[in-house]
Amino acid sequence: MRAMLMRTCLSDVMAPSVWRATRTVLERAGVEVSVPRRQTCCGQPGWSSGHPDQARRVARTALAAFAGDDPVVVPSGSCAAMVRHGYPELFAGQPEEEAALAMAGRTREFTQFLAEHGLDTGARGSGSATYHDSCHMLRLLGERESGRAALRAVEGVELREMEATDVCCGFGGTFSVNFPEVSGRLGEEKARHAAATGADELIACDLSCLMHIAGRARRTGVPLRVRHIAEVLAG
Amino acid sequence: MSGRRPVVYSDTTAPLRERTREALADDALAANLRAAGASWGAARTRISAENPFAEMRARAREIRRGDIGDLPELLARLEERVTAAGGVVTRAADADAACRYITDLAAARGATLVAKSKSMATEEIKLNEAIEESGLRVVETDLGEWILQLAGQHPSHIVAPAVHLNKEQVRQVLMAESGWELPTDREALVAHARTRLREVFASADIGISGVNFGVAETGTICVVENEGNARLVTALPRIHVAVMGMERVVRDWDEAAHILQILPMAAIGDDAAGYVNLITGPRAPGEADGPEELHLVILDGGRSALLGTDLEEALDCIRCGACLYSCPMWRSVGGQAYGSPYSGPIGSVLTPLLEGMEGERSSELPFMSSLCGSCHDACPVGIPLHDLLVRVRARVTTTAHRRDRARFRLWSRAWSNPAAYRLSVAMARIGLRLAGRRGWARRLPGPGAEWTSQRDLPTRWPPTPPR
Repeated sequence: MRAMLMRTCLSDVMAPSVWRATRTVLERAGVEVSVPRRQTCCGQPGWSSGHPDQARRVARTALAAFAGDDPVVVPSGSCAAMVRHGYPELFAGQPEEEAALAMAGRTREFTQFLAEHGLDTGARGSGSATYHDSCHMLRLLGERESGRAALRAVEGVELREMEATDVCCGFGGTFSVNFPEVSGRLGEEKARHAAATGADELIACDLSCLMHIAGRARRTGVPLRVRHIAEVLAG
Repeated sequence: MSGRRPVVYSDTTAPLRERTREALADDALAANLRAAGASWGAARTRISAENPFAEMRARAREIRRGDIGDLPELLARLEERVTAAGGVVTRAADADAACRYITDLAAARGATLVAKSKSMATEEIKLNEAIEESGLRVVETDLGEWILQLAGQHPSHIVAPAVHLNKEQVRQVLMAESGWELPTDREALVAHARTRLREVFASADIGISGVNFGVAETGTICVVENEGNARLVTALPRIHVAVMGMERVVRDWDEAAHILQILPMAAIGDDAAGYVNLITGPRAPGEADGPEELHLVILDGGRSALLGTDLEEALDCIRCGACLYSCPMWRSVGGQAYGSPYSGPIGSVLTPLLEGMEGERSSELPFMSSLCGSCHDACPVGIPLHDLLVRVRARVTTTAHRRDRARFRLWSRAWSNPAAYRLSVAMARIGLRLAGRRGWARRLPGPGAEWTSQRDLPTRWPPTPPR
């Protein structure tokens, strides 16, 4: 099986280890992974900030970079949701509409891709983890299970559920800098719920939430380790 | 449409971010909101488990989409049936026209006292101010609204206007108004309010209510409530004026019955409202009670401009307030910080749409959301509020938004070019390495400053664990 990996701009800038871990896991599971060199960003920052024309310009590079029939795998529920949920609207009535719908149809968040194809990651670990439902994964993709299933499959890791796991962490893209105080309050609540489980680390399918929660936890003195799920699966 | 009257309150002058900061600093508010959100959440979970909520919601969505699709026709039918039942129907293009109709009517009938039951449309048009300016006295009779009127505050929730206050805060307001020492228990405070408000019901010349929905089939006005005050307001005074947003119409009693069921489920997590008032015309010859005159004011106020657009679904709203309770942002700052009668997700969509996209304060609202989508989950008529928020953002025309667009134009130019993208990523990674101390940045310059105002930034990944 073949797949194209969408690295995501956030992983490129903040944490290349995340997309590399994603590639490692997929390859171990027998997937032939390509990482299109001409990819940039899915366009979500512009789209959700109310600048559709600017977002479309960036999203066109994604349509070009991920042309073809192979599935597109993204280590982010939010970027996957942008393609699956946002592109049909962003490109409605545009010359690229058909290409956008096709890409939306073959794009999957990383753990969804694993679950859909029954891929065994053979991952091992130790200790305990708690799982954060990122909003776009949970509500735009309607996915509550695949992340948890991937974690449960890691031999030796115990999954502990936190309180209010379906409540937003307050990141919200540019919301985090437009209303930092509200965002910070929610991030702190999320960090405290995660820490209260006593789990060794907080795991999520979205780097953006983790970056925000970890940063807020450190600022407010909440002891919390975070990792992206791909890093856990890569061991 | 710069001539449109603001929907935000006139005292909403400080930027939204400043207002959210003030709200966050209020510990009592945080506790009150937490309690309210938790109790709604528990009731809503229970009621959703006891009923086929998903199917009911799908049906409610179908009903509302159909009603809004046929709105002109349904309104014409409603108008015809209300008139046939002896009522007087007025179409008000905007807030000024609606207020003027009502104050003119009050003057013509020589009224001096107006009793009101809860109504979002009258909050939207600032009717109380207009009535007071015309020299009349107006008293809110919904307990929460009355408390806020006495306290000089605006409502913080569509259904539970004083939900941001606790019992002790309410007691202080009531004591300040009456000059009496009041006991601390809830029953006694309610009894006090009942005594005071009875005087108003008995002597008011005009009763003004909102309308949850009008049933086109029979020309019936439905007013749903939990205290019984709306029944008195619509029945005791000589004149009843009902103010209705033009979208609040359903086709027939089949639809009405369904909406009547799902509304209290969504709003208060109960399968029935305390009181459902069904009003068809004024008192008819031979009837024992009811007002002599019934006036229905149907308010446009910017709504008709949404018909046929990709924002039309905002008109599906049945004003249950569920999206407010479900919203992490609303639960953090409360409704008053929004500075509009309509707060929370639906308020952030509606306020700028009704007021005009150039409104500086109203157009900040759609940005105060993380787009988490819990509002859509909570909405009993399935409005995709997170999508509407994005669409409204795109239409904002304020200077601030135009400036933001200029920044995003640069972004799109750079990031639509793979080579420029790679260069900017490389530069950002160098910047990150320079900014970090032991894997963390505590203070960033420029655009990063707002990030580090609240959080550290991990400059290595996975982040170095805290000591």
